[in-house]
Amino acid sequence: MQVTSPVREPLVTGGKTYKDVTNDIARQVEGKPTVGWLLGLAVSLGTLLIGSLALVATLWEGIGMWGLNKTVGWAWDITNFVWWVGIGHAGTLISAVLLLFRQKWRTSINRAAEAMTIFAVICAALFPLIHMGRPWIGAIWALPLPNTYGSLWVNFNSPLLWDVFAISTYFSVSLVFWYIGLIPDFATIRDRATGLRKTIYGALSFGWDGAARTWMRYESVSLILAGLATPLVLSVHTIVSFDFATSVIPGWHTTIFPPYFVAGAIFSGFAMVLTLMIVTRKVFKLEDYITIGHIELMNIVIIITGSIVGIAYITEFFMAWYSGVAAEQYAFVNRMFGPYWWAYWSMMTCNVISPQLFWFKKIRTSIAATFILSLVVNIGMWFERFVIIVTSLHRDFLPSSWVMFYPTITDVGVYLFTFGFFFTAFLLFAKFFPVINMAEVKAVLKSSSEKTIK
Amino acid sequence: MERDKHFILGIFDDEDILLSAVKEVRAAGVKIHEVFSPYPVHGLDEELGYTRSRLPIAAFLFGLLGTTLALTMQFYMMKFDWPMIIGGKDHAAFPDFIPVTFELTVLLAAFGMVGVFMISSNLKPWAQPRIFDLRSTDDKHVMAIDIASNGSVDLEQIKSALKASGATEVNSKSFE
Repeated sequence: MQVTSPVREPLVTGGKTYKDVTNDIARQVEGKPTVGWLLGLAVSLGTLLIGSLALVATLWEGIGMWGLNKTVGWAWDITNFVWWVGIGHAGTLISAVLLLFRQKWRTSINRAAEAMTIFAVICAALFPLIHMGRPWIGAIWALPLPNTYGSLWVNFNSPLLWDVFAISTYFSVSLVFWYIGLIPDFATIRDRATGLRKTIYGALSFGWDGAARTWMRYESVSLILAGLATPLVLSVHTIVSFDFATSVIPGWHTTIFPPYFVAGAIFSGFAMVLTLMIVTRKVFKLEDYITIGHIELMNIVIIITGSIVGIAYITEFFMAWYSGVAAEQYAFVNRMFGPYWWAYWSMMTCNVISPQLFWFKKIRTSIAATFILSLVVNIGMWFERFVIIVTSLHRDFLPSSWVMFYPTITDVGVYLFTFGFFFTAFLLFAKFFPVINMAEVKAVLKSSSEKTIK
Repeated sequence: MERDKHFILGIFDDEDILLSAVKEVRAAGVKIHEVFSPYPVHGLDEELGYTRSRLPIAAFLFGLLGTTLALTMQFYMMKFDWPMIIGGKDHAAFPDFIPVTFELTVLLAAFGMVGVFMISSNLKPWAQPRIFDLRSTDDKHVMAIDIASNGSVDLEQIKSALKASGATEVNSKSFE
């Protein structure tokens, strides 16, 4: 069925027919779990359990269990929050922005990338939630709910409140977008199954029958959702950057933050997509769907966004010097040569220097090199947030209050908890949900080649 | 014969053959009940003569509702119900209200549109769809023709029109 084009590289290799697409992707949903998957799940669940001890300690004893102090009031937790939210951005970029740009290669990776978005945003949301200390009454502080103090409303002038709206809208819209895409594929699995599986996937498929009229509406809904999700994803990290940019802390108070944060988010998100997809394609034998071509294209996005981030770092320095503000200048010199010099230079190496290796075609089409560099980028992006947050705070306006920040075991444990959750959720998704969007891959199977049967 | 019970099904392998078949079958004076496909086929809705979906209009209206609600809420709370000076700004610090307004616009537009889509397409967890051919969610396009609504057209004529237009199989299907 697949017609190969003399001009364009096919998006799906191996001469797959429509039937093959269904079989290859539904196979892992229907088959018994593999040993590798069970092992992965055991490790993730173990991490989740160990991490949950730290989470329980935080909730039981309070955030005094963390390494925060009066000078450094934000550190490890907010670093993790921004890091996880940033990772989430790639999923929406692939599913929404690339849909608007008619990039057909997104069809093989959008499902998994969106799942990653949803799990990453859950991990991110955990940190501000537990930072409230008493999250069970947090709704009163975070949402405009009537209360007995007046009603004394939440402060709509605060970027922290904007974040509540941005993150929750982002999460729920992403979830809906992802689920709408899953419905036709659940119907495919339903129609192949019998017994209990038919009942479960029947309910999940919402009675989808693939009628032309429903497909017409589905396409319309996808397009509008993509159009809504595109400004939404840009707004989310813009608002996250406002948490810093609207304050008057040297090193934070800069207008470059929104574009700089958005580029950094896409950069780290694509790195995480690559880390996950390289493993997934291997474990589930999906090399014909997620090809070297896909990996190369994602690596190109990484070079572009990585270079934008690099330029942003340099611009920040220039502006600190050019502003003539002594506090601002000191904040940046302290970043580079102060006690946190190692964090700064880790960030520079991982984010600005090493991704430039992708200019070489040999490296960006090598799976091993891509895998290693994708991890390096994520380490670098964690350090970026750490550098921005901690180095700007630890030497504040009163030199007698200058301190260092040291994370406690609880800090590390809560971070581990989110890793455990993220990988457990992703592994469960990869086993029980079709990991590639079958319907959309089928839709591009033929048109991705120049020749069509008439 | 009762309507919406007895159907003739044309099974197609290829989307382009399907598109030309829809045109030919309709030209032969046969009314098509519906076409079921495993993936969206571009141009199929126009060939079937469906009018464009009005879901984008629903999205716009829900978005407008979101904008209105968000602005009303923020102005009411910050300007009228409990005015407070924050950061030396006016009570009604309009630029500060834009982020939440934007987010609620997107939220209501997305959920409103998806809700309308679910209702109009009868998508719900307990829905029991009528499946004409199990392969229509796998690799085949299934064209369903309601026999009763084509009363004036001869049965054999429908079948031969389907065959002639490129259907690989012609079956019949009845529902209780």
